[in-house]
Amino acid sequence: MEQFFDVTIILLQGFWTNILIFALTLLISIPLGLVVTFGSMSKFKPLAYLSKILVWIVRGTPLMLQIFIIYYIPGFLGIPASSQLTSVIIAFAVNYAFYFSEIYRGGIEGVPKGQYEAGMVLGMTKPQIFKNIILLQVAKKIVPSMSNEVITLVKDTSLASVIGLTEIIKSSTQLMSSPGILYPLFYSGIFFLVFNGIVTLGLNKIEKKFSYYN
Amino acid sequence: MLEINNLTKKFGAVEVLKGITFSLNKGEIVAVIGSSGSGKSTLLRCINFLEKADSGEIIVDGEIIYKTGDVIGNDAEMREKRLHFGLVFQAFNLFPQLSILKNITLALDVADKARCKKKQISKVELSIASEKNKQQGMKILEEVGLTEKIDAYPFQLSGGQQQRVAIARALALSPDILCFDEPTSALDPELTGEVLRVIKGLKSPDNTMIIVTHEMEFAKNVADKIIFMSEGIIEEIGTPKEIFENPQSEKTKNFLKQYFNKH
Ligand SMILES: Nc1ncnc2c1ncn2[C@@H]1O[C@H](COP(=O)(O)OP(=O)(O)O)[C@@H](O)[C@H]1O
Ligand SMILES: [Mg+2]
Repeated sequence: MEQFFDVTIILLQGFWTNILIFALTLLISIPLGLVVTFGSMSKFKPLAYLSKILVWIVRGTPLMLQIFIIYYIPGFLGIPASSQLTSVIIAFAVNYAFYFSEIYRGGIEGVPKGQYEAGMVLGMTKPQIFKNIILLQVAKKIVPSMSNEVITLVKDTSLASVIGLTEIIKSSTQLMSSPGILYPLFYSGIFFLVFNGIVTLGLNKIEKKFSYYN
Repeated sequence: MLEINNLTKKFGAVEVLKGITFSLNKGEIVAVIGSSGSGKSTLLRCINFLEKADSGEIIVDGEIIYKTGDVIGNDAEMREKRLHFGLVFQAFNLFPQLSILKNITLALDVADKARCKKKQISKVELSIASEKNKQQGMKILEEVGLTEKIDAYPFQLSGGQQQRVAIARALALSPDILCFDEPTSALDPELTGEVLRVIKGLKSPDNTMIIVTHEMEFAKNVADKIIFMSEGIIEEIGTPKEIFENPQSEKTKNFLKQYFNKH
């Protein structure tokens, strides 16, 4: 029983890292994604192409590779390396921002042209139209796909272990070698299930918030 | 009050408007008829700056709003020009996430907020303005007979009611000239009546309107002038009596014959 308590504490400590990565990634990538979207939809062609190439690269390569690159490359170039946690958060935030940007783009393109035109003939400027008319409609449209990504992110946070960060999976594999117990592996799975359950409830609430209109 | 001179518009190589010229006096209603693809929507869209005409002139009360080669000015100038006109769309284009009242007051509120941000009006003046917009919105909703719907959302309304809201929304900005692009074409036949009645009710010495429509009876009864468009030109223009009872052009005759055979 005492061992179970200790294991719980160790796993909780590990999971705190996962939660931190999760929260900071969302905090940064949700707005950053919008910036990328504006880039990729820009009328200034070089910027649009650059954004599209970056989307292709970031979405087309494994997140694990991106974590390695951000953590190890600066050292080789003589730039002071970031801490493990900072590197992981940069990699995650950028990776997710690019995924989100594509979801945003789909959402924005899904708003009928008539909505913009209605705003324009009422004398509104493009930014006013975006802020007051388009944004909420996009938010409603993208909640389901965003929810999928958020759930994936919860699980992806375990990738932080590849550069030695002690998150929950790493903690449980360490417990497996000493004191040589197996159940923390399953136990850590429960942490993810519970956390994802809570996140799902929150996401459902957000979805409900948008259901007042069709 | 409105003069359109030799307005042209090409999409790629296709010349959709080939020099449109007409004028309107204050309080007049012109109905624009013509078969699909003849350029009626494009004409309204150019007048409302949703498309930029290639050449020609648009003059409102002696002021040149557009002339060949004009570049689109800054936001404030654009707004000024735009607000001479209002446009009611075939598909209503109401804002689905906003209540009916908010649909009508949004543009006014946004403009007032922008003014407050630029320190042109104070916070107190802003809240007075917003209350005034609300009052005006309710008054206009009363005019189109939708007082009881102010808190509803567009999806809760019938097509006819939605189009009446769209008309109210356009009226709220007090345009000099209100344009309608087939306002009843997206409606079930039994709902067109209420919308046409509202439009008819707007006829007054103050309201100048351009109505693109396929409702010939309505055009005949309400319009002061009829424009028949065909392939990007005004094939014939005249009073309802002239156009419907004594059309001169073969194309007009054919168009009307086909229409009245079908209806
Ligand atoms: N944005 C556009 N790009 C290319 N062609 C267009 C565009 N808008 C309209 N057209 C073409 O212009 C012609 C006139 O269209 P429109 O003004 O919508 O006619 P109407 O309203 O009389 O039916 C049509 O042949 C149509 O295909
Ligand atoms: Mg049309």
